[in-house]
Amino acid sequence: MINVPYSILLIAVMSGVSALLRFLPFIIFHEGRETPQIITYLGKYLPPALIAMLVIYCFKSVSIVSRPHGLPEFIAAALVAILHIWKRNTLLSIGAGTICYMILIQFVFV
Amino acid sequence: MNKRKDLLLAFKKSLAIMPGYIVVGIGFGVMMSDAGYSWIWCLAMCIFIFGGSMQYAAVGLLSGGASVLTTAIITLTIHARQFVYSLAMLDRYKGMGWVKPFLIFRLSDETFSIVSNESSLPAKVDRKTFYVGVTFFDEMWWIIGCVAGGLIGPIIPFDTTGVDFAMTALFIVIFIEQWRGNREHRPALTGLAVTFASLLMFGAEKFLIPALIVIISVLIALKKRIEKAEALKENRRTEN
Repeated sequence: MINVPYSILLIAVMSGVSALLRFLPFIIFHEGRETPQIITYLGKYLPPALIAMLVIYCFKSVSIVSRPHGLPEFIAAALVAILHIWKRNTLLSIGAGTICYMILIQFVFV
Repeated sequence: MNKRKDLLLAFKKSLAIMPGYIVVGIGFGVMMSDAGYSWIWCLAMCIFIFGGSMQYAAVGLLSGGASVLTTAIITLTIHARQFVYSLAMLDRYKGMGWVKPFLIFRLSDETFSIVSNESSLPAKVDRKTFYVGVTFFDEMWWIIGCVAGGLIGPIIPFDTTGVDFAMTALFIVIFIEQWRGNREHRPALTGLAVTFASLLMFGAEKFLIPALIVIISVLIALKKRIEKAEALKENRRTEN
């Protein structure tokens, strides 16, 4: 049913492009070279900016204009944030938030 | 002896990633089995692609009969941030020796969030052991999830719609942890504001690359101010 050679070809393309993106910075700024100051600076301050980007990325498919107006996502996200600021227990925050979201989209906002 | 302690710390850190990875991994495996691919394909994609959002997109590409060019462009879009992660880890992964290619090729969003969070690490930890440990354990959780999903996909007794929220929850938790660990909040705020604006302007399919470019530009523009503010805070801290 599945096309094996085609599937392998596509996976190889994805793997190749992905590997290239990951290794390129290390090839350009190899260890023998002093890392430019601007790259060191970015290495320090990019991580928090990228985590912030990923948070927004997770909500990319949420539509505010159509029902249920992103309410399940925002309620569950608020629960995660409140629980985590309050209890600081990662497993609890993730577990409770995910169960809350599943209940909301399967039973409440149907 | 100390190495064992560092590995244990890496394991504990990866436990925060575990629920998200297993759940999202199972989601991927279920999608793959729906598309007609067995667990061996799931395993192969974990090993050769390794990236949650990319593997999810891959299911659509494979079953939709996408062309090689389309596939390359979509991979470039979704994994452009991998380039930036590698850039950010350049100095920290210096002198890692033969494990370096492993650390680079197995760097995921979640692993990056741990290994790049300097403030959460004890001073005495052996970096190499810790980095390898986190990278390895995270990958194991991901593979276990994906393969399990491929195997049990067709027989799950309850509706799993919405389990992928575990990943969103994980990033919110990591964001809060980062916020607590850093004195300088402008990078995080830049990331939020720029990505949100880019999403509104370019839409869900095309916003990542413009967001990445603008975030890097804004941070470079803020370089003098951020470094000055950090130096000031550092002075105040040592004076007190």
